[in-house]
Amino acid sequence: MSNTDKIPLIKMTDISIAFGGIKAVDHVDIDLFPGEVVAVLGHNGAGKSTLIKILSGAYKRDSGKIFVRGEEADINNPRDAKKYGIETIYQTLAVADNVDAAANLYLGREILTKIGTLDDTAMEAEARKVMGRLNPNFQRFKEPVSKLSGGQRQSVAIARAILFNARILVMDEPTAALGPQETEQVGELIHQLKKDGIGIFLISHDIHDVFDLADRIAVMKNGKMVGYANTKDVTKDEVLGMIILGKCPPAAIPGPGAMQEA
Amino acid sequence: MTETTTTKYGAAKVEHQGAISRFLEATEINTRLLGMLGALLIIWLGFHFYGEIFIGRGSFLTPRNLWNLSVQTSSIGIMSTGMVLVIITRNIDLSVGSMIGVIGMAMGLLQVEILPQYVGLGHWSIWILAVITGLVLGTVIGAFHGWLIAYRKIPAFIVTLGGLMVWRGMAFLSANGRTISPVDPTFALLGGGPYGAVGEVGSWIVGIVACVGVVWMLYSGRQASKRHDFKLKPMWAEIFIAVIGCGAIISSVLLVNAYPWPKGILKAYGRAHDIDMTGVFVSHGFAIPVLILLAVGIAMTFLMTRMRFGRYVYAIGGNPEAAALAGINTRWMTLKIFALMGMLTSISAVIASARLNSATNALGTLDELYVIAAAVIGGTSLTGGVGTIYGAILGALVMQSLLSGMVLIGFDSAIQRVVVGSVLVLAVWIDTVYNSRKN
Repeated sequence: MSNTDKIPLIKMTDISIAFGGIKAVDHVDIDLFPGEVVAVLGHNGAGKSTLIKILSGAYKRDSGKIFVRGEEADINNPRDAKKYGIETIYQTLAVADNVDAAANLYLGREILTKIGTLDDTAMEAEARKVMGRLNPNFQRFKEPVSKLSGGQRQSVAIARAILFNARILVMDEPTAALGPQETEQVGELIHQLKKDGIGIFLISHDIHDVFDLADRIAVMKNGKMVGYANTKDVTKDEVLGMIILGKCPPAAIPGPGAMQEA
Repeated sequence: MTETTTTKYGAAKVEHQGAISRFLEATEINTRLLGMLGALLIIWLGFHFYGEIFIGRGSFLTPRNLWNLSVQTSSIGIMSTGMVLVIITRNIDLSVGSMIGVIGMAMGLLQVEILPQYVGLGHWSIWILAVITGLVLGTVIGAFHGWLIAYRKIPAFIVTLGGLMVWRGMAFLSANGRTISPVDPTFALLGGGPYGAVGEVGSWIVGIVACVGVVWMLYSGRQASKRHDFKLKPMWAEIFIAVIGCGAIISSVLLVNAYPWPKGILKAYGRAHDIDMTGVFVSHGFAIPVLILLAVGIAMTFLMTRMRFGRYVYAIGGNPEAAALAGINTRWMTLKIFALMGMLTSISAVIASARLNSATNALGTLDELYVIAAAVIGGTSLTGGVGTIYGAILGALVMQSLLSGMVLIGFDSAIQRVVVGSVLVLAVWIDTVYNSRKN
């Protein structure tokens, strides 16, 4: 299947950002198509989380362009990103621990009544619908999120993203905090989201987490893109070589960060 | 032997707790609230019977003292509702006492020395202009603190510690340390006193409106739950809360109406209006500052539980990063929170200077500590994210009860400080133990 005849959901070109003297992301290109899962891999500090935070508006890029469905997007803060349908689930499970699930789901986009007050019952009712689809056993709507298990918190975070009809989902280490059963749940959920035509970026430093879920991989090292590959064309060992050494196998398309053969 | 009795006792206790917790669950009454009310009851009874036994006269649980207590609580109570927001978002404001000083001086100078030159002494608009100026000044100072904290990244502790000194100094400089007195007569009503109260009929109106409000809130809450098919509270629980709520409101109306004008005031009033007032029973009714505290408490509770603003305050306190990632402008929120704190401080400054009938540069000294203590005793967590408005107001009442109770039984100010300081530490310790048990 060729991707060239379709318009990518997301196309990021020539993205750079530096913190002080350190180039965290150095002239990186990446794209994502509808219904596709792209895993962004790399060591801790490779720049993958930073790249994705630029997409979700948490960091402001120094240079480069972001295109959403072929049109240039102006993303300067998390609110902008949400406007383009980009939803992010962070590694640190970015939920406010002291408020309940419904309040977290709607944080920043509360349902208001006609007179401008919070419509808590409406939010709770919607939260019950979404959580029912995602995690039918979930019943603890009145309790602060801090009382929930890691998996339940993750399902709150994911529900939060799909509640607002995300078209592009970014998941940063989505299964790092979860047990095997909960990881499987997240896997099923990703398949379901793919069917709906949602594009997903998976960020991970562990290829075992994402190899079976991803259609394509993109490997970063020291802020640069090592290369891209279709998962079915490469082995896990070859991908490991890309992550650790920056060595591109023949089936992969090398990027500027690839080790130069002497 | 001992073992069996302990087990028996333990078992009985568990069963007992089961019934209580079922009751609490059905009525959704907060156990912390119950604890605070219990503490308040112990303090009140303790002071009353201490007076009864050792002085021969228990004067704490009298209409007169409780009325005075309500007035004394107003100023600290109003500020503590703002301090809750500041502490929830993991900041602190040490400058409120000094801000009272400078705002009080500004309003005093305006109504005693500046405005009479333009509109004439005793003009009706003087108190309004003074109050508005005070509110604007407080909001601007608060917003300035907030700007330094949020946009210039100076820790709140430092900004407001600086403010503590700067504003106290400014209060002195504004009139070279003079006391400005007396304030405008209408302005003085805002501080309470026999004339600054709404009287018997007014108090009944307030009480009835409040009762209707309680019943309406319970009803509309139930309707909203019905609309979305949520589990309803049992009917008896709703009725129980309505009865307790209205009972408390009506008792407080009866209480403030049971405190008559003293003889001197009656005579003065009689002379002024040319009527014989001897032996007439004129009720004080609710004092105006108490009604202001109630209005502020209701408005702030509404803000914190029903408005987006309050939701964001809690979210920022719980996880500032998550709040920012959710698209909340946390800096702008911090600025607004401090501006609100400043505005509430200026309301307290109005009450404090009106009650004293003068503005002095020492007005509000040490208030920042009482306000923080009130918020913390009321269950606001210094680690952020947790706190309620009613808790802070109750905390203020607990503290003011301790202070004025000790005055009544003749403890000097040194002992008062020892006790209040110890109670603060004790309250936080009990809270920590309670929280670790619950988890």
